[in-house]
Amino acid sequence: MAAAATEPRSLPANPLARGLKEGLGAALLAFGLAVPILALRTEQNISNQLVLQPRWHYVGFAVLAAFLGRLLFVLATSAAAPRRPKAAAPAAFPAGAARALSILGLLLLLLYPVLALAIAGRAGAVKWIDNFGVQILIYIMLGWGLNIVVGLAGLLDLGYVAFYAVGAYSTALLAQNFGLSFWLCLPLAGILAAFWGILLGFPVLRLRGDYLAIVTLAFGEIIRLVLINWVPVTNGYAGISGIPRPTFFGLPFNASDSGFAAFFGIEFSPLHRIIFLFYVILALALITNWVTLRLRRLPIGRAWEALREDEIACRALGINTTNTKLTAFAMGAGFGGFAGSFFAARQGFISPESFTFMESAVVLAIAVLGGMGSQIGVAIAAAVMIGGTEILRELEWLKQIFGSAFDPAQYRMLLFGLAMVLVMVWKPRGLVSFRRPSIFLREARPVRADMVKEGSG
Amino acid sequence: MSAPAAPLLTVEHLTMRFGGLLAIDDVSFTAARGGITALIGPNGAGKTTVFNCITGFYKPTSGRLTLSRGGAASPADIDALTASSRRSRKTAAGAVYLLERMPDHEIAAHAKVARTFQNIRLFPGMTVLENLIVAQHNELMLASGLTVLGLLGLRRYRDAEAAAVARAQFWLDKIALTARADDAAGALPYGDQRRLEIARAMCSGPDLLCLDEPAAGLNPRESSDLKALLKSIRSDHGTSILLIEHDMSVVMEISDHVVVLEYGRKISDGPPERVRNDPKVIAAYLGVEDEEVAKVEAEIAR
Ligand SMILES: Nc1ncnc2c1ncn2[C@@H]1O[C@H](COP(=O)(O)OP(=O)(O)O)[C@@H](O)[C@H]1O
Ligand SMILES: [Mg+2]
Repeated sequence: MAAAATEPRSLPANPLARGLKEGLGAALLAFGLAVPILALRTEQNISNQLVLQPRWHYVGFAVLAAFLGRLLFVLATSAAAPRRPKAAAPAAFPAGAARALSILGLLLLLLYPVLALAIAGRAGAVKWIDNFGVQILIYIMLGWGLNIVVGLAGLLDLGYVAFYAVGAYSTALLAQNFGLSFWLCLPLAGILAAFWGILLGFPVLRLRGDYLAIVTLAFGEIIRLVLINWVPVTNGYAGISGIPRPTFFGLPFNASDSGFAAFFGIEFSPLHRIIFLFYVILALALITNWVTLRLRRLPIGRAWEALREDEIACRALGINTTNTKLTAFAMGAGFGGFAGSFFAARQGFISPESFTFMESAVVLAIAVLGGMGSQIGVAIAAAVMIGGTEILRELEWLKQIFGSAFDPAQYRMLLFGLAMVLVMVWKPRGLVSFRRPSIFLREARPVRADMVKEGSG
Repeated sequence: MSAPAAPLLTVEHLTMRFGGLLAIDDVSFTAARGGITALIGPNGAGKTTVFNCITGFYKPTSGRLTLSRGGAASPADIDALTASSRRSRKTAAGAVYLLERMPDHEIAAHAKVARTFQNIRLFPGMTVLENLIVAQHNELMLASGLTVLGLLGLRRYRDAEAAAVARAQFWLDKIALTARADDAAGALPYGDQRRLEIARAMCSGPDLLCLDEPAAGLNPRESSDLKALLKSIRSDHGTSILLIEHDMSVVMEISDHVVVLEYGRKISDGPPERVRNDPKVIAAYLGVEDEEVAKVEAEIAR
């Protein structure tokens, strides 16, 4: 009897039958969840009474989606299952292919504004260059900066947005109070953020794991609260406006006679500035990438990774772990500061609302989803996560199905979370789940993710 | 005076207390320059704790740990250093260090004491070669101009890195792991990991190498390879060795001097033959009662 009862638990031979069965289970679960959440909506009528508005078709969609999703998942995994064991060891990474891919990616990025103009036209290109291009590149840069701290040195930092904020406010305040231009503020903002990175680093040096995460989280909140409450300097919730925009070697992007357009004898267009900003953030991001890749092959980068692998062994080899951690914090913070400075100059206005814990969480999610301190993984994760959430704004046609009150952009975080769960189930160590060695004798063999430690500090 | 009169490491009245537990109780011994000193004793005797004190992972409750690099330091030098609040002092022959005053990474970097761990501590996600390069961190860091020159890709750093790789390759050949240089250290079999940990310690160019149970878990062949490796480290590289080991065949064959601990106290100290026949040591290892030890001692005395 007991054997018969456990029999169905071992995989049935027919994946379709199993898929249908599990699909029904998922549909039932979805029904149970959807009824209290989606089925009824309370609304006020003209006489201020609450009325219940049934929305059973929503429940229907949810149940159907759960059923089909589970069915397809089971079918897909059972089709893939026999091939699993072969994929255990990663083949030697084709270095040529990786190189070709990154050159192609770089070319695509360089030509991106031109392509956007050609495809979407002048009016449409603003959205594609600014909302997608610039926005994604800011997050790529933040992800790469945080990657130094989390991915390489293995120090879990939940307050990274603090350094982004320090960079942005440094730029805003230096420009407002001392009249410095963006190009002067940019390096100063990076240096100030790095300085704050060291300041944060000192008290948390002895903390590891969860404790470190909590203190960095608190640090991020402290910075935000100071920005809100130190009204004489930061102007509180109202924020700081009138931050000078980046100039093209001293030529402002405006319609005046001394502007960029007039100097080059072309017709003024707000697109010029947006395209220029795109190339500025692209250059900043590429510098971040170049420096990080370089550092990985220097003693300091190897010490960061060794720190992530085993701190005690590091100390036994004479590595000063205090300095090593501080440089990781300072480097990561510095890049966050550069990104913040750019953000302030791009917006022209900043307020504490841009620097909430949510931002730290999104950047951390990008770094974690990218995986293993991998640069390309972080870039892909940022493009998918930020680009994906931006695309939600474009899905106006969904209103045809769900009614005009439906705003797809509101589902941003829901989808964000869903994507994270999916990636973590499918690739627990991030999109790029192997580590490239920083030096090799004969060939660079990728190191499998299960060897690499996540760090405990 | 003969060479043994100039020990590399002198441990005097070392005491280590963990709350109410007296893990090491007034232990004194020396590790000879250019020799292999074995530290043996039953489990829990305090051997690893002695290592942790020497390498700075624990701050001893009391005692003095003197290490003189280059050559013997004169007693005057050592007294002057002890009286001062400093950690080290230059001597005619080199320098003398008071290890109990130094943090762990400085002991490794300046006093040149390297160690391995009872539970292997490699960098498992880094390749074998990377493990050996990280061991040369301080030299490479200087050569990279604290990163700035290295970032610019200057010649000086590239030369230093090539030298580091050459040194790593030398040790890889020595431990017969060259073929696996580009594999993750965590993917190696246990015996190879043990050897790699020793090679990594040697890549930091130590004067004193502290090995915590290097033969544990090795098969007889690996164990005899290990003996050859340790002998070569002592004679070819001038590195003195302090060795914790349970495998008596290893201890008796390669060590010049044996120190025996039991319950945190030193119960015997001398050349291997003498220690092997010491009734206190036999009693400690066989676990006989104290009165029986007294009886045996009395018999010996008679
Ligand atoms: N960090 C510590 N805290 C408390 N007790 C310790 C600590 N380290 C070692 N001990 C105790 O000291 C004694 C000696 O341990 P150890 O040096 O590891 O012995 P051995 O290496 O000779 O087997 C043991 O009783 C152990 O429990
Ligand atoms: Mg021990």
